[in-house]
Amino acid sequence: MTRIKIDPVTRIEGHLRIEAEVTGGKVSEAWASGTMFRGIEKIVEGRDAREAWIWAQRICGVCTTVHAIASVRAVEDAVGATPPPNAELVRNLIAGSQLVHDHVIHFYHLHALDWVDVVSALKANPAKASSLAQSISDYPLSSTAYFQGVLTRLKTLADSGQLSLFASGYWGHPAYQLTAEENLIAVAHYLDALEWQRDVIRIHAVLGGKNPHPQTFVVGGMATPLDPNSPQAINEERITFLRSLLKTMRTFVEQVYLPDVLLVASAYPEWTKIGGGTRNFLTYGGYGKGSVADTASYLFPRGIIRDLDLTRVLPMDQAKITEQVARSWYTYPQGNQAALHPYKGETDANYTGPKPPYQWLNTGDKYSWLKAPRYDGQVMEVGPLARALVAYAAGVPAVKQSVDATLKKLGVAPAALYSTLGRVAARALESEIVMSQLEGWLDELDRNMNAGDLRIADTAKWDPSSWPSSARGFGPHEVPRGSLGHWVEISDGTISRYQAVVPTTWNASPRDAQGQPGPYEQALVGTPVADPSRPLELLRTVHSFDPCLACAVHVLDAEDGGQRTTVSVDTG
Amino acid sequence: MFPSGQTLPERLEERGVSRRTFVSFCGVMAATLALPAAYRTKIAEALSSVTRPVLIWRQFQDCAGNSESILRSPHPEVAEIVLETLAWNYHELIMAGSGEQAEAMSTQAVRDLKGKYIAVIEGAIPSGDGYCTIGGRSAVDIARDVVGNAAATLAVGACAWDGGLVQHGPTEGQGVQDVVPGANVVNLGGCPHNSANTVAVLVHYLTFGQMPALDQYNRPLFAYGDLIHDQCERRAYYDAGLFVEAWGDEGHRKGYCLYKMGCKGPAATYNCPNVRWNGGTSWPVEAGHNCIGCASPEFWSTMSPFYGRLPNVEGFGADTTAETLGLAVVGATTVAMAAHGVGKAIHSRTVRAHDSSAPAGPEPPPPGSAPTDTVTDSAPTASGGEPPATGGEPPATGGEPPATGGEPAP
Repeated sequence: MTRIKIDPVTRIEGHLRIEAEVTGGKVSEAWASGTMFRGIEKIVEGRDAREAWIWAQRICGVCTTVHAIASVRAVEDAVGATPPPNAELVRNLIAGSQLVHDHVIHFYHLHALDWVDVVSALKANPAKASSLAQSISDYPLSSTAYFQGVLTRLKTLADSGQLSLFASGYWGHPAYQLTAEENLIAVAHYLDALEWQRDVIRIHAVLGGKNPHPQTFVVGGMATPLDPNSPQAINEERITFLRSLLKTMRTFVEQVYLPDVLLVASAYPEWTKIGGGTRNFLTYGGYGKGSVADTASYLFPRGIIRDLDLTRVLPMDQAKITEQVARSWYTYPQGNQAALHPYKGETDANYTGPKPPYQWLNTGDKYSWLKAPRYDGQVMEVGPLARALVAYAAGVPAVKQSVDATLKKLGVAPAALYSTLGRVAARALESEIVMSQLEGWLDELDRNMNAGDLRIADTAKWDPSSWPSSARGFGPHEVPRGSLGHWVEISDGTISRYQAVVPTTWNASPRDAQGQPGPYEQALVGTPVADPSRPLELLRTVHSFDPCLACAVHVLDAEDGGQRTTVSVDTG
Repeated sequence: MFPSGQTLPERLEERGVSRRTFVSFCGVMAATLALPAAYRTKIAEALSSVTRPVLIWRQFQDCAGNSESILRSPHPEVAEIVLETLAWNYHELIMAGSGEQAEAMSTQAVRDLKGKYIAVIEGAIPSGDGYCTIGGRSAVDIARDVVGNAAATLAVGACAWDGGLVQHGPTEGQGVQDVVPGANVVNLGGCPHNSANTVAVLVHYLTFGQMPALDQYNRPLFAYGDLIHDQCERRAYYDAGLFVEAWGDEGHRKGYCLYKMGCKGPAATYNCPNVRWNGGTSWPVEAGHNCIGCASPEFWSTMSPFYGRLPNVEGFGADTTAETLGLAVVGATTVAMAAHGVGKAIHSRTVRAHDSSAPAGPEPPPPGSAPTDTVTDSAPTASGGEPPATGGEPPATGGEPPATGGEPAP
C-alpha cells in the first residue's frame, strides 16, 4: 500500500488537496481537503440588503455572476420584489452564456491536459491531422496549413526550453492514449478556445458592464435600460451585436467542443466505467420562462435520484438539507455530531490540522475547511450529471434525445453516464441544450422591446422602507458546477443573517459524522494508478467534477445580533 | 534572443500576425501607459529582443477573478504576445502539472532565478496557521519566498493590494506589501484588476526594465491618476442636472447621470471609463449601473453603502461646479477613510485630478501628501527596488522611462 498526495490540485479554482491510499495499482481510499479559508463573516451583517449580491459575487471569480444571481433572488424572495420578464430574460442570457462559456473553458483549459499529451502533438503529421479534423467537423480552421502553424508554434515553444504553463505536465505518461494527430487537434483547439472565450464573453460586457464580476444586477430586476431608440440603452444595435456573439458561441460549441468531447470519449472507453462514486443526485432545477417560483417552466427539472434509480424522480425539499462538521475544521455548539439546516448553521472556525509546513493531514480526525452537506442524511452529487440524470429520468424531451443520441454514437448504455467521462459528456450535452435557448431568449427580449415593453426593474420595492420589518428568503440557482442556494434574513432593511450552500461543498465534502465519504472521495476509489509519483488518473476524476474551492469554502455569513463570532463557511 | 533565433515579431508573423499589427499593439500600449507615441518604436524593439523572463503567479485567499481577468486580456494578440514574451511557469488555475511537479516550478524560480523573475500575487494572505496552505506550506511562507526573491511583484486585485474583502473576516488576510514589507510591489487595485493595465505595466517593465511612475499607494499613475467622474461619458448630464431617479426610468434609458443612484465616480480614481472592459466593449456605468469605486483604497469599507448617495453636499445641484463637489466629496470620503485608519492621500490625489492646468511632465508632489518616498513620478519604483534582472538576461534594454505625469491617455 502506498500513500500519495496531490497538493495543490491545479487547473481548478482554489486550493484543493487529495490524499489517497493505493493498493494493488488502484485507489483503495481517498480524502479531499479544502486548504484555504476566508470566512468573511459579519461583513455583510448590518449592510443594506440591496448590495448583498455585490459582496456575494466575490465568493468566486471563475463562476462569476452565479452568486450574484442567487443572492439577488434570495433578497427578492424575502422582500417580495418581482423582476419583470425582461429582467428575467437578461438574467437568463447572462447565466446561460456563463454556463456555456464556463463549460468550454473547463473542457479545454482545466480538464483537457488530463487526456491530451501536448508533447506527443509535436510528432503529428499536419496533413493527417487536417483530414481527421475534417472527418469529424465542419469547423473551417482545419487545413493542413492551420495545423502546420500550430505545430510550428508548439515546436518554437519546445525548442526554447521554456514550456511555460506546459512545463510541469505529465507528458509521456502511459495513461495518455490519443494519437499524435488527435493531440495536435486538441492543442490547436485549446489555443482557439482561449481566443473564443475572450471574444464571446463580451456578452457580459454589454449586459453587465464587465467580466469578471458583472455589475448590473439590482434587487427587483436589472440596471440595463431597454430602449430601441436610445444609444445609451440596450437597443437594436446592441441586440445585433449580442446576436453575432451568440452565433460565434454556438458555432464553436457545435463545431469544436462537442466533436472534441466525442473524440476524447471514444479514445478512453474504460473511463465510462471508472469514477462513478455516490449513486445519489440532487438538483434544484432552473432556467425557467418566468420567475424562479415558476418551477413548472424549468428547462432542467428539480428533483432527486436515489441509488441510481432512473425510473423515479423524487421531490427535492430544501428543508432536508443539513451540514455537518465532524471532520471539518469547525466546532458546533450543539456538538460534533450535529447536523444543522443552513438557517441554523453556525460555524466556529477551529483549525486543528498539522502546523505548516506539513507532509500529511491527520485524515483520521478533522481534515478540511469544507463542511459536509447532506440531504436527508445522504451524500449527494450535484452538477451537470445530476441535472442530466434528473432530466433524463423525468423524460425531458430535449435531454432525452440528446443523451440517447450521444450514447448511441459512443455505443454505450445509459449506465456509462455514471462515470468520469459521464460528467464530461453531461457538461457538453447541457451546453448544447442551453445554447439552443439563448438565441430564443434574446429574440424574446427584442420582441418585447419593440412591442413597447421596456420594463426592466420592479422599483416598487427598491426603497427598503417598503419592506417588511423582518423577512427571509431563499435564492436557488443551477450553475455550471451544480446546485447553488443562498439564504438571507433581513431585519429593518439590513442583513441579519446570510448563508450559502455551494456545489463544490456538496461534491468535495469530507466525511461526515457517520463516516460517509463525500462524492470525490467515493468516486476516486477504484481509480487505477500506473505511476504513484505522477497520479494523472486521479486528476481525471477530480477534474471531471470541475472543482471550485473558493466557492466551497467561502465566505459570507452574517449572524444575528453580532453576539457570536461565528463563521460560516458553510455549506457551500 | 530566443534560442530558436526568432524574434517575437518573426514568430508572430509566422502565425499570421503582421508586423504592422504588432507595431500597432505597441502603439496601444504606449497610449495606455500615457507615453508619447514615439515610444511605440521603443516598446517594439524591447519586445522583439527580450529573452523570456520567468513569471510566477501565486494565488492565496482569492476568488481567481484576477486570473480570469488576465485570461480575458483585451486586444486579440495581447495575451499571446505577453505569454510568448514571458515564461509563465506557475499559475495554479491553468498550469499543466499538479502537486510536487507544480510546486517545483515555483521553488526552482526562487532558487535559481533570484532577483530575475516577476511575481504576480492574487488574493489576501492570512497569518494564522492553516487558513491557507498550498503543498503543505503556509501562504505567508510562500509569499515571503516568492515575493522576497522576485525582481518585481505585481499585486493584482483589491485583496492582494490591501486585503480587500478578506481583511474584514476572521482570518484578517492582508495585502502583499504588509506581509512582505520592503518588497518591490506595484499595486493594481480593482475588483478584479483590469488586465489592460496589468499588461501595459508588464510591457513597460519589459521595455524599460522598471515599473512606470507610481502614486503614493504604489499604483501606476497612468491608470489610477484621474477621477472617474472627469472621464465619464455621462458627465455632461451631471453638469446639466439630469439624473437617473429610478432603474429603468426615462433618464436611465437616456443615459443620464447615475449620481443619485449612488455612483462613486466623483470620489474614485481609475481609467475604467477609458480602457473599459473586455476589449473596450463597455464598463459598468455605460451598461447602466453606478460605479462602486472598486479600485479605491479599502473600497469595501470606504465606498459601501454602494447605493448610498455620496454624502449630501451643501448646495449640490446643477450649478455646482465639479470643483466644489469634488472637494466636498473628498472631505467626506477622507473622514470615512480616517475612520478605517487608511487613505492618507486620496484627498490630494483628487484635488490634483481636478487641476486641468497641470503641466505635462513630472508633477510636483501633491499638496499635503506624505513625504516624497510615497510619490514617485519617475523611476525607480517607489519602493526603491533596483532595476531588475541584475546580471544575466536583462529584460531591460536601457533607456530612461519617461516622466509620465498623471495625465490620461490621449
